[in-house]
Amino acid sequence: MAKPIDEITWQELGIGAVVTEIGNSVQYKTGSWRSERPVVKKEHCIKCGVCWLFCPDMSIVQTPEGHFTANLEFCKGCGICAKECPVGCITMQGEEA
Amino acid sequence: MDKYSVYSARLVDQTEYMAPGHRACQGCAEVLAVRLILKALGRDTIMAMSTGCMEIISSPLPLTSWRIPWIHNAFENSSAVVSGCESGMKAMMRKGRIPQKKINFVAMGGDGATADIGMGPLSGALERGHDFLYVCLDNEAYMNTGIQRSSSTPYGASTTTSPAGKKSIGQHTQKKNMAQIAVAHNIPYVATACTSYPFDLMEKAKRAAEMNGAAYLHVLSVCPTGWRIPPEEAIKYGRLAVESGMFPLYEVVNGKYSLSYKPPVMIPVKEYLAAQGRYRHLTDTDLHKIEEMAMQEYQRIVRLSEGD
Repeated sequence: MAKPIDEITWQELGIGAVVTEIGNSVQYKTGSWRSERPVVKKEHCIKCGVCWLFCPDMSIVQTPEGHFTANLEFCKGCGICAKECPVGCITMQGEEA
Repeated sequence: MDKYSVYSARLVDQTEYMAPGHRACQGCAEVLAVRLILKALGRDTIMAMSTGCMEIISSPLPLTSWRIPWIHNAFENSSAVVSGCESGMKAMMRKGRIPQKKINFVAMGGDGATADIGMGPLSGALERGHDFLYVCLDNEAYMNTGIQRSSSTPYGASTTTSPAGKKSIGQHTQKKNMAQIAVAHNIPYVATACTSYPFDLMEKAKRAAEMNGAAYLHVLSVCPTGWRIPPEEAIKYGRLAVESGMFPLYEVVNGKYSLSYKPPVMIPVKEYLAAQGRYRHLTDTDLHKIEEMAMQEYQRIVRLSEGD
């Protein structure tokens, strides 16, 4: 759907309210929920991908160099990556008000 | 479980079939379970899902987080709908309307949709022997509507409809053992899994989909909101549940039990329960009683997996 989500009315929905565009929830940025952001110390990262595997928000992405960082558009700041990182290279830092 | 190491995470399929932007709580392990199961099943999957957390967070109109064909059902009938999908596709393939292809049919529901409301249709679908996989995402209460008890809530847990107090211990009945009910249907594959063991979970989902006939997968998915634990500890608590013997990981292939993970050292059940807000009212006597009951069930599974 080309229109922003808050401008769509019920008349524009298809029969049976079928959503024909796959995975279009990427338009909704959940990053605004966050109160803490994960910060990766790149020099300590062993590129294992455990944070990526355990992220419930699919917000960990791999950089071209192979490190894993959080996509802050979607990261809700739950802190699972920081807790599960085997080398402890991720720390949670408070967002500025 | 010995075969897999968490360090091979990078070998897992990078494609995401669950899109980001869903509205799950922080640290939700249930959406993680969905993500990992979809990774294991791949894109040739048709899914019917009961009402529940996962349906609410993933499909607020006009948005959807799904990248596979997905339909939302009422609470009770996801297994009935997926039975129809399976039979319909089979008939179309037989008549040559669509090409012959292996398609994974999946029905998914929370513990309320599985153990309480949708148990009849699920039992019917298992009995008819459709070639489908039923996944129960067990977070041990109706978390979506505000933590009401379900029949999958364990003994002693405080929820909003089984509150703990002077005269009440919280939930006073036992957790319904859905995996054992599925085993009693004599279906080819039944397994329990947990999101804290992602490779085990993905292997089981893959194996269940490959089975010819009905399969049932029971996934313990930690709910930080309902269990009243910090969101970053969602994975840790799943691990504690397995290592304390409260939630044994096992699979039953054609009636034969095998334990997937045997903790080298069992940790005390108290370690798993004591820090959870929903159990904070329990005394040492209660904890001891829960430990005894959990051990009894765990030893039973161990005996079944050792005997042949």
